Parts: sequence; structure tokens; C-alpha cells
Amino acid sequence: MDAASASFGGRIRAAAEAGTPLRLRGGGTKDFYGGEPDGEILDTRACAGIVSYEPSELVVSARCGTPLAELESALRANGQMLAFEPPHFGAGATLGGCIAAGLSGPRRAAAGALRDFVLGVRIVDGRGRLLSFGGRVMKNVAGYDVSRLLAGSLGTLGVLVEVSLKVLPRPVSECTLQLEMPQSRAIEAMNRWAGLPLPVSATAWQDGVLLVRLSGAPSALLETAKRLGGERTEGAGMEQFWEGIREQTDGFFSGADPLWRLSVPPAVPPLELPGVQLIEWSGALRWARTSAPATAVRAAAHEVGGHATLFRGDRSAGVFSTLSPALARLHRELKAVFDPAGILNRGRLYAET
Amino acid sequence: MVAALRDFLPEPSVLWHEEETRPYECDGLTAYRHVPMVVALPDTEQQVQRVLQTCHAMNVPVVPRGAGTGLSGGALPLGDGVLLSMAKFMRVVRIDPVARVAVVQPGVRNAAISDVVAPFGLYYAPDPSSQIACSIGGNVAENSGGVHCLKYGLTVHNVLRVRGYTIDGAPIEFGSEALDTPGYDLLALVIGSEGLLAVITEVTVKLLPKPQCARVIMASFDDVEKAGNAVAAVIAAGILPAGLEMMDKPATRAVEEFVHAGYDLEAVAILLCESDGSPEEVEDEIARMKAVLEASGATRLSVSRDEADRLRFWSGRKAAFGAMGRISPDYYCMDGTIPRKRLGEVLTFIAQMEKKYGLRCPNVFHAGDGNLHPLILFDANDRGELERTEQFAAEVLEKCIEVGGTITGEHGVGVEKIDQMCVQFGSEELEVFHALKRAFDPKGLLNPGKAVPALSRCAEFGRMHVRGGKLSHPELPRF
Repeated sequence: MDAASASFGGRIRAAAEAGTPLRLRGGGTKDFYGGEPDGEILDTRACAGIVSYEPSELVVSARCGTPLAELESALRANGQMLAFEPPHFGAGATLGGCIAAGLSGPRRAAAGALRDFVLGVRIVDGRGRLLSFGGRVMKNVAGYDVSRLLAGSLGTLGVLVEVSLKVLPRPVSECTLQLEMPQSRAIEAMNRWAGLPLPVSATAWQDGVLLVRLSGAPSALLETAKRLGGERTEGAGMEQFWEGIREQTDGFFSGADPLWRLSVPPAVPPLELPGVQLIEWSGALRWARTSAPATAVRAAAHEVGGHATLFRGDRSAGVFSTLSPALARLHRELKAVFDPAGILNRGRLYAET
Repeated sequence: MVAALRDFLPEPSVLWHEEETRPYECDGLTAYRHVPMVVALPDTEQQVQRVLQTCHAMNVPVVPRGAGTGLSGGALPLGDGVLLSMAKFMRVVRIDPVARVAVVQPGVRNAAISDVVAPFGLYYAPDPSSQIACSIGGNVAENSGGVHCLKYGLTVHNVLRVRGYTIDGAPIEFGSEALDTPGYDLLALVIGSEGLLAVITEVTVKLLPKPQCARVIMASFDDVEKAGNAVAAVIAAGILPAGLEMMDKPATRAVEEFVHAGYDLEAVAILLCESDGSPEEVEDEIARMKAVLEASGATRLSVSRDEADRLRFWSGRKAAFGAMGRISPDYYCMDGTIPRKRLGEVLTFIAQMEKKYGLRCPNVFHAGDGNLHPLILFDANDRGELERTEQFAAEVLEKCIEVGGTITGEHGVGVEKIDQMCVQFGSEELEVFHALKRAFDPKGLLNPGKAVPALSRCAEFGRMHVRGGKLSHPELPRF
């Protein structure tokens, strides 16, 4: 056990014995996300650095405190990327926080989610044990897939000491098409195109305008642009636009009303909610800025087979959709496997009961 | 047990005479056999629920089985247990071409999904070699892969939702038709859990648009290491091939005699490197691939001109296992994954093991993702050969762990690699696995004895995972 994981282990064991809640925190850029953080801060940033990176193996391993920006620039220097385009939500974002939050960006519908790229983790769990799951290879089915279980667990099961990820080559070229159309037609178009072999790597609709990003060989982009129509743009301006969606710096995301994230089957028609909406992921992700009561927003997502998360706003009434009793029981039991004293990031995912 | 099952299952759905249960004695790993006490063949979800409730109440273990093509003994029956066959669940429940999903029952064959959605220009991406026979339920249980994983992922990347029952008969659903669900990612936990956590009765798979075209390059190399470096060079050049496979000379020879794919018999190793996409993209990528392969020292290159050519190039690779059956009474297929850069070292090690054990071992390799399938040729009628084969395989798997890889890339642990789990994982990780199992199945009745070894078994096995100079579970006695 190296010094950093040993120090996590010692701190967690002592906290477990004393019953002291711990709040795992890297750069604090996602403090707003999930349930209200609670407990003494356990800062993960000292445990940092890329442990191994072999571009030709398409695998990178890094410690939890590694700044996400540093990791991404190391990949960029080798023509590679985190294909799930995780949001940073601030300059201090760390790899550990990124994996714990489990959030993916604009390329998700085309390339896969964060959890799809997690190959292995080393964690210190709520008993102070250093555990290792998965590995640094692309295909590995030995043992239960605990690595992916940890992705998006919001630090409730353990500290992610080190994470191994699959990385992908950056596209040779990209461009964005801009088409004017109302929401219902945009949803239809996004789904139709997703069912065709086209190099669509991201979509975003708001306020009557659909933006479609294409990634791949220049010849393929040219062909596709001709076929889909619209105004074609590329370069810094477009990169800034997608950055604005990914980092939520786009004007849509500012405003007084709470921001809701509705994850739904992609082809469902426009959701009837007051306020404004922005659609990503070929229709599967609907952002809503709405003053509608939480019950109404949750019902709108539930009725079509999805779920709603209060992304930004007053979180006192709960952030995530309620689980079925069977799943809620499994959540409690899994939490107890890794954190029997219930000290890690209490209430960040669901209220402890 | 039979009487209890006959309470709600018709006579032909409960097998217990030996002549009826014998066909279920093994799966694709025929070296391990056990005749089950009873075989239950339900055809409704309610019947599955009743089977589980009954076994749970009577404390009888249950082994779920799909098509029985698994290669790690995951569906090996228990002599005192019920074999729960899902073979009758063959219905495609719903296809939604707009949302690009299909809802299927677990007994639907992998290839049948792609067939039935083909009219919509869609397909289901994971394509294990056994895809014409293996069923999606088994694919989910094993997290099956195939030859296109590097670009399109494994089962876990292509399944959105799974419905089933836990051992007590309680219905449970993981995932949804949205791209994520709230809370822990239990779908990822259940996929690849080898039938230990739940019995699957319905699966929603993701469908992808079929690429407009695909072409494959066949490249010859006079040295295995060079071929390995060529693979690394292709990827370093920013290319993500749709398929990237390697075969060594003994494997090429064996399949060429069988299918006449036109392989270069002089080559020490051949690579198959596929590009898919629009015609423009493919043309572009093939040119880039060719340049890299040439620069990496390929001695011969041919590019498929049409679909017939392409299928012929692949026919040898896809028939590799079958071809071994022609040159040897039996073969034993391994499934380790290694970091690609260690390929040369591992192949040299395998060559040494061939000498040590006096057995031949051709190699086929999912080169793009590091998944190695050495095939040990042996004769099961020779008791000594079978034992030597098992020792050979164990040494290779442990070598895979030593170089930073894993004992199974896509076939699962089952009963076959259970001892090597003691080497790959420490006792604390194994304890976590057992605790996860208990959360789903406190009595340990669902597929017991598979996938995760008991700690006492690891102690007996005697080759422990040593971490930081400290032996795992020192509290246990050694044998």
C-alpha cells in the first residue's frame, strides 16, 4: 500500500471506529451535485499523478487527485481523448470526482458513457481496506464488475485511489451543422439519423435550432453534410459552443429556475413542462429549466420510462428519483458491504435509513 | 423435488430420468460433467418464479442454463440441484427501430437478433464466435465479447435493461430504455455475474446502424513480435479498426487446410485488420492502415475487393476452433487478456510450455484488445494428456496475471478458472465478491461453486495471491 492509500486507510478506519462522517472531496467542483455534502472533509488531491499511460494500448491509469485538465492534456498530446467528454464544472476538477459523479458529456450517445470506459479501480473502502478490481486491459470478465459499480456511486462506497480508463483516438476532423426546426421535428430527426450509419458524434437542440456535430474522415463529413443539409461551421467557435454545453456555461444553463436533468428513452415526444428545455444525446437527455414542482417533473420523466434528477436548485427535498423497494434494499446492502459504518459521503446519493 | 415442480409445470417440462437429464451434463466445456438431479424447462416468467420459490423454500441449488455453449463450465449442473433451462424463452418481444432497441427473451440466439432487425438496417454488435448458437441470456451472464469489441464493446456496452428474478422469486429490473438509471449501476454488476445473482427473463439490447460497408486487410509477418508491433502502430496512428485479429503459423495452417481462406502459409503470423463505415471513410482508413502495416514490416498485404472476399478472409478466423477439431481429438481453449506490448513475451512463454508439456498450442488472438486464445491440442482419452493440458493452461493463465493481464477476457471463470481467481484476487476482494453475492442470494443457492472461489478452496489450492510480500489469508490452514 503506498503512502496516499495508507493515509486514506488510516483516516477512514479511525472515522469508522468513531462513527465520524467523512466527506470525500477533490476540487469541490461538483459540490452542487447530489445530496447535500455532510461530514469532515477528506481531501483527495494529494494522491495525484498519472501512473501509467501507453497510447498504443489505449489505456491510462491515474490517481484520484489528478486534475482532469492535466489528464486530458496528456491524452491530447498523444492525439487521444476521454471519449465520454466528462464535464469539469470548474478548473479544479479531479479524476476521482469525475468518476464518482459518473457524468458524461455531449459525445455520450455516440461513444458511450463514462462507466463504459472504466477498466479498473483501486479503492479504499469504508473499512479502510485497499481493494483492487478490474485491471488495465480492455477485456476482463474475472469477478463481478465492481469497477463499473463504483462509477457514479458518488463516493458512497469508497475512495477511488486509482482508476484505469480506456481512451480513444481523437477524430481526424469535426464540423457542426446548424438546422432550424421545432422540438418535435428535431427529436424525430436526431433519432432517424442515429439509426443510420452517419458520423454524428453529438446533438443539441434548443430554441428552434438543432446543432449536429460530425466526427470522422473529412470525406465522410463532406458526404454527410450534403445529405443532412443546414449551415456548416467548424473551428474554434463551434468548439466553444460544445464546450458551453458540456460545461454548462451556455446561456441556457443560467437563470433563476431549478435545472432538471431528465434521462428518457430517446424517441419520446417533447415533454410538456413549463420553462425552457435543451435536448442532447439524440433525444435521450432533456435538460429543463422549470419552475414546475418536483413531483410534476419526476412524473413527466417516469411516465415515459425515464427518471429525473434535480441538477441545480434547492436540494432539500431530494435530488434523485426514488428507487423501487427491491432496488432500494440492494442499495442498502451494497452500501453495507463497502461501508458498514455508513460514514462515507452520507446522504450524497440517497438518505441513509 | 420432481413432485414439487410437477405441481405447476407440465410433465414434459420436468426431466429427471437419467436418459433425459444426461444431455444436460455439461456445457461447451465438455471436460467437466455432472448429471443434474432434475431439469426444469419453464416457458413463462411465472413458472420461472415458481421454480425459484420452490427451490428457495426447499434449499435446493439452481443452475441456470441458456444454449449451453459457454466455455468455462458456467452451466455445469449440480448432482443435488435443479438445472433451470431457459431454452423455451425464444420470443422477440418488441423491436423499436426508431429508438433502436429490441426487447428479447433470454433464449433468443445472438445472431437471430441481428437477423430479425436487419430489415431496419440495424444489428446487435457483440458477435461471439458461437453467435449462431449462443443465446442472449448466456451472453448477459458471461458478458460475452467477439471480434469487434475494440470498436463496439462487449455485452455490457450493448445492453440497456435486464429483467429477471432473484433466487427467492422476487422480480427485479436493472437499467431501463433511457441511457442511465438513478443510483448504483447494478446493471453493470449483473452483466457478467455468471448466473450467480439473478435469473434473467428479458433483455433490452441496443441496436446499431449497420455500417454501409467493410473491408479487411490481410497482412503477413515473418515474426510474431513484428506483427504485435504493427498492431500497436495501427492504434498509435489514431486508427480504431472494427476488427483486428492475429493468428500464428500453426493456427493458420490448421484452418487453411479446412476452409481454404487463401492464407499465406509462409507467414509466421497474419493479421486481419478491418475498417467499416461509409465507402469514403473505409477507403480513407484502409489506405492509412496499409501504410502503417507496410512500415511495420508486413511481408505481404491483400485487401478484400468485395464482400465475398471479406467473408473468405474472415472464414478462417471464425472457423479456427472447428479446424482444431480436425487436427486433434480434443482442444482446450484459453481466454487470457494481456497488455498488447507483452505479446512477444507471452507467446515465447507458451512455446516453452509446449516443449515442457509435450503438447501443441496454436494461437488465435483478438489482437486489438489483447485477448489471447491459445488452443492446447490434446487427446482426452489419454488421462495423462488431459492433466498435462490443465497444468499447461494454468501456467499460461498465471503468466497472463504476471504481465498485468487477466485470466478471462470473455469466456468467464465458471468452474474452469476458479483456482486462478485465487491468484488474480486477494482474499479481501474475494470476500467482497462473496458479500455482494449474499446481498442478492443470502442462502447461496444460485449457481453455487462457480465464478468466485471459497477462501478455503484458495488455501487448499496453495498458490496464493501474494501482495506486498504478505500472503493472503494466513489464518487458513495449508494442505
